[in-house]
Amino acid sequence: MPLSLIFLVLLGLGLGAFALGRSKGAAMASAPGAGGGGRIGSVHSRPNYHGAFVALVALAPALLLVASWAAVGDGVIAERVIASVPEATRPATELDRSAFMNEVQGLVSGDMEAGFNPDAEVAAKLFVTTRGTYNLIVGALAAALFAMGGLWAFSRLRPQFRARNSVERAVKWLLVASSLVAILTTFGIVMSLVFESFRFFQSVSPVEFLTGTTWSPQTAMRADQVGSSGAFGAVPLFWGTIFIGAIIAMVVAIPLGLMSAIYLTQYAPSQVRRYLKPLLELLAGVPTVVYGFFAALTVAPAVRDFAVSLGMTDASSESALAAGLVMGIMIIPFVSSMADDALTAVPQAMRDGSLAMGATRSETVRRVLVPAALPGIVGGVLLAISRAIGETMIVVMAAGLAANLEINPFKSVTTVTTQIVALLTGDQEFDSPKTLSAFALGLVLFVITLILNIYALSVVKKYREAYE
Amino acid sequence: MSDYPSNTVPETKMTARNVSVFYGAKQALKSVSIDVSREHVTAFIGPSGCGKSTFLRCFNRMNDTVESARVEGEIKLDGTDVYSPEMDVVQLRARVGMVFQKPNPFPKSIYENIAYGPRIHGLARSKADMDGIVEGSLRRAGLWDEVKDRLAESGTAMSGGQQQRLCIARAIAVDPEVILMDEPCSALDPIATAKIEELIDELRGRYAIVIVTHNMQQAARVSQKTAFFHLGTMVEYGDTSTIFTNPAESRTKDYITGRYG
Ligand SMILES: Nc1ncnc2c1ncn2[C@@H]1O[C@H](COP(=O)(O)OP(=O)(O)OP(=O)(O)O)[C@@H](O)[C@H]1O
Ligand SMILES: [Mg+2]
Repeated sequence: MPLSLIFLVLLGLGLGAFALGRSKGAAMASAPGAGGGGRIGSVHSRPNYHGAFVALVALAPALLLVASWAAVGDGVIAERVIASVPEATRPATELDRSAFMNEVQGLVSGDMEAGFNPDAEVAAKLFVTTRGTYNLIVGALAAALFAMGGLWAFSRLRPQFRARNSVERAVKWLLVASSLVAILTTFGIVMSLVFESFRFFQSVSPVEFLTGTTWSPQTAMRADQVGSSGAFGAVPLFWGTIFIGAIIAMVVAIPLGLMSAIYLTQYAPSQVRRYLKPLLELLAGVPTVVYGFFAALTVAPAVRDFAVSLGMTDASSESALAAGLVMGIMIIPFVSSMADDALTAVPQAMRDGSLAMGATRSETVRRVLVPAALPGIVGGVLLAISRAIGETMIVVMAAGLAANLEINPFKSVTTVTTQIVALLTGDQEFDSPKTLSAFALGLVLFVITLILNIYALSVVKKYREAYE
Repeated sequence: MSDYPSNTVPETKMTARNVSVFYGAKQALKSVSIDVSREHVTAFIGPSGCGKSTFLRCFNRMNDTVESARVEGEIKLDGTDVYSPEMDVVQLRARVGMVFQKPNPFPKSIYENIAYGPRIHGLARSKADMDGIVEGSLRRAGLWDEVKDRLAESGTAMSGGQQQRLCIARAIAVDPEVILMDEPCSALDPIATAKIEELIDELRGRYAIVIVTHNMQQAARVSQKTAFFHLGTMVEYGDTSTIFTNPAESRTKDYITGRYG
């Protein structure tokens, strides 16, 4: 009996338990005399709550059992199976054991026709029978738990029993658990970043990583190569990231985003605004890989041709400018929607006061609205920067891989995210400094965007409070 | 009630003839005509929603900023139609200033709040000029002694009453001919209100002043002319003393004696 079937059967039984609890609750509510009678308060909880209470108490322990078996079951079975292999040929190292079990699993699922290892074929049969027995035991235990929980819960139903409160409490814990999943996952990701970075920093000093100006991790591929230690000075990557994401992209996005926000909030008739604003925000929904195509196939060649026409014969087709321009376009909706919020939050009275002084609309925008909305706008820009420096697809497709410290925007630079992709794609060993350096880069990126986001949100929040 | 006010006022500054205002399809003001005197304070009274603010905002074309608003009829400043090409809206608003119900100083320094209008209209040739304008305006608004040592502080950090006087000072900094005030004291306590009323009294004669108020005593105290509005029409217009002691219309009497909301 597979676990999924056990799971479904339990759910079905749960529905039954709900129906039983509900009907008992309904019977109590309509019973004459003795606390019944249908008045509010004569029965504490509505029938649905009685049903939900019984179902919850019956299901929760049984499902927990099945879920934990699903998590550890295969490991336990694998122990048994490996123990059954004759001592002489039994796999000893961790690596051999996992290879052996992979083979067994392959045979069991039918992905493999025959094993390389004769032991595996025997083991596969054992695996199937062991799993069957264990699942049967788990199923029986779950059923017993279900029955016990259900009967106990059912026996507790009384007119004055507070089923509603119990169910509400269970709902609260369910919600807490769901939000914990997201938080714990994030925490886990960060921990793995920190852990892998720590391994990286055992072979490369953090000082060299953060201040070195030469980046050539590829040389570390083969141990017999000259300079096999590689060079892990990440400054060119940080520079490229800032050059593209925080400088070129922002030169594009800040004026365009701000001006479209000003048009939309101050000039556009409400009909125009109604259509234009969502249209602009639609830009934010375009997959970044599409921007990447656009950058690599349309903008980059145009930028190169332009550079050549300026006399730069060595202009590269992968330029900081092409990636930055397209990234700037991509960021416009972020800047404009934050600026839009900030401008709309400036009280109408402020605008009226200025207009009533005889100021024109553009004077009002320039002298009153933008200064008043500045903190909100700055916050929006910071969020946009943090988004731009974490952006990957556009730079992977258009910025190039050359780790140059270069301020000529027509030259090729590389960014942190581009390098992470380059370091981790293809078959890699996950213990060379080369691949580990990707985690260190990721950690730096994470820390920078985190700081930017926290700061930006606090700026925006403080500013919101000022007008409330 | 006749279409035109029967009692003409001395030295008419602004005139309105058959002014109607629509918000979309809804008519908020129905064919109102009035003459506003240069020397007097004119009060607009009437129950909430009767169109006082709407009418007031016609005099400096602030209704232009409301997308759905449409104004019909004729409004003249010194005989020139405010909608005519000779009267640019920027110039109109420099000549007809406005003070709002809620004090709305800009989030700038006290000095910059006052200097805002003169800068926009290019009234000061030098820094000394501007300093003079700022000081003069604050003095006329009776605020100079309170703020002269903290001109660089933010205008929004003052008390509500001070903010409202700052807004009045800001309005007079461009030396307008008319000042429109829409319930300028409704957000203030009695003491701050008394100060504003005193100020209005001092400004009378120098500027034509139109004030909207819900406070009957205030209208009686500060104004010489009173117009009573009801449901988008002007019911009665005349000397304040007459309106308050011997109104011609029973609706006016009911409102003034508090028998009508
Ligand atoms: N921007 C607007 N859009 C649509 N209708 C409006 C607008 N402003 C005012 N109105 C309507 O016009 C009518 C007159 O409003 P107005 O603000 O002039 O009244 P008021 O006499 O100043 O009232 P109050 O004493 O409450 O300030 C009201 O019915 C109001 O709902
Ligand atoms: Mg009003």
